[in-house]
Amino acid sequence: MTHNLLLNLRAVIGRAYPRIVGQNRAPTWVFYDILLPLLAVTAFVFVYRALNAPPEFTGFVIIGGSMLAFWGNVLWGMGAELFWEKNDGTLELIMMVPCSRMAILVGMAAGGMFAASLRALVTIIVGVVLFNVRFDLSRLPMLLAVFVLTMIALYGLGMLFASLYLLWGREAWHINNLLMEPVNLTSGMYFPVRAFGQMLGLIFSLIPLTPGLDAMRQLLFPAQPMGLIPVRYEIAILAVLGMVFAVAASRALRYMENLAKTEGRLTVRWQ
Amino acid sequence: MDEMSTQAYGQPLAIEARNVRRVFKVKPTKSQPAKETIALDGVDLQVRSGELFGLLGPNGAGKTTLIKILVTLLYPTSGQALVDGFDVVTQAQAVRERIAMVSGGETSGFGLLTVREQLWMFSQFYGVSSTVAAQRADELLKVVGLWDERDRKVHTLSTGMRQRMNLCRGLMSDPKILFLDEPTLGLDVGVARDIRAYIRQWISEKPGRTILLTTHYMQEADELCDRVAIIDQGRILICDTPAAIKRQSRQATYFQIITEPLNGTEVTLCGLPGVVSCQSRLVDMGTELRITLADDGAIAHVVGSITGQGKRILALQKVEPTLEDVFVETVGRRFGDDTQPAA
Repeated sequence: MTHNLLLNLRAVIGRAYPRIVGQNRAPTWVFYDILLPLLAVTAFVFVYRALNAPPEFTGFVIIGGSMLAFWGNVLWGMGAELFWEKNDGTLELIMMVPCSRMAILVGMAAGGMFAASLRALVTIIVGVVLFNVRFDLSRLPMLLAVFVLTMIALYGLGMLFASLYLLWGREAWHINNLLMEPVNLTSGMYFPVRAFGQMLGLIFSLIPLTPGLDAMRQLLFPAQPMGLIPVRYEIAILAVLGMVFAVAASRALRYMENLAKTEGRLTVRWQ
Repeated sequence: MDEMSTQAYGQPLAIEARNVRRVFKVKPTKSQPAKETIALDGVDLQVRSGELFGLLGPNGAGKTTLIKILVTLLYPTSGQALVDGFDVVTQAQAVRERIAMVSGGETSGFGLLTVREQLWMFSQFYGVSSTVAAQRADELLKVVGLWDERDRKVHTLSTGMRQRMNLCRGLMSDPKILFLDEPTLGLDVGVARDIRAYIRQWISEKPGRTILLTTHYMQEADELCDRVAIIDQGRILICDTPAAIKRQSRQATYFQIITEPLNGTEVTLCGLPGVVSCQSRLVDMGTELRITLADDGAIAHVVGSITGQGKRILALQKVEPTLEDVFVETVGRRFGDDTQPAA
């Protein structure tokens, strides 16, 4: 068991390495992945100011914009990565190695987290410096717990998506495209999800971003009671989602891999 | 581990395929009905531990399909495949710990990493410690002549350099069984020679190392392999040492003839008594013919036919049969002629 643990840990580090190093060696991502998305965040801030919304709404936008970085990393940095690796021919080599598939995906996630975290941090700094957002950090431990649980659930979902790419190619790519904007909407990326009403809000809470964002906003801006449900329930939802997605991802990866190998589609490129 | 796969010629088996079939189903489209392609049609194969085994066949013969099954990338439709005694379907993890694969024309990896970083990264997927990985990478890079390029980014490498790096990548985990799928494909003569030399060196360094090499370069198989299997249309046709395979062809004799340009009239030679087959190609001086005869005496008919057309014979020699000759005899066409039978 120790041998397997060490093997998988090395695999995580190995797979994260090119992501981190690649970002330093091709720094144009700073413009495309950090500066450009700030424009969307800024636009929403000005919309709320024009509508004379409470100042906390600017904070809502900043938090949503920062979490968007992680959602983008889940969709494109993890799920779709297997599509590119299939086209590049690296997927064959990865599927032949003795470490677990989850370790490879965790490595991808860890490597992508570096850029995503940097983007999130820049968004928050801009919010604080340019837009004068003030966060209440009195419940920082709970905030960190919510953040970690959201990440676990989100990346578990990302692994589930990644399994689709083992079997499909461009179809899964299109699904990624389809998911981006609807999830932005239903998770309340730039507005409190309570605006949908209790029932719809709860349904949308199946997407980890929804309860995660809502809980973080309640903790950071307690003066503005715009939460969907109490934070402790959202923490419970995130914990359950995290476990469900992790288990589902593990099974889906195995199932999709077996199906792809049976049908001979695992290494078919330009699908 | 499968007990039955230990014995062949008293030596353990590194690779064994038992009646392996692989059928690909193509889904129907608007213009085409559903169809099935039989890529492997009951392949039986045994590769001994320590052997450098060649799998020879034209494009589409089933070589890569068989390799993909053996390296756990594809399931057989029926039959069983074992690598180092482990079933490739039910014991895939054990198989993966013991193997590596290098393919010709491989463009895998990450262009922004340096050569050393690339090798280190792949070694991590096999659980090799960083210290051992660094040492091994340095040794391998020196052996294949890439030491000076160790800090170059992968996307700046030439094709030959890249393939040498790929070979190093395959060896980083010190596999027990190495699968080489057309490793010299598209490489120039010098680089291909270096790679072949290193392959020979690698297998001889440690007992128990086994290589399964697929190629459609007959000379490569002849030069490198202890035993060769010729595969075509998903079936193993012959399996033996290159010398034994060529001896099978001694029932025929081979002549190489260079003539003035025949301009297509060489097709008439195949109808002559005693002529088994005739391949031709244009060369600088004219037409080069490689003729298979049932007996030496039939050469007189060939010479007579050529001179009867008013063409001069510039060179004529009797040659040893090659693996390609055996292939043509067995299959009825050259390696390059996927649809045309020999003239």
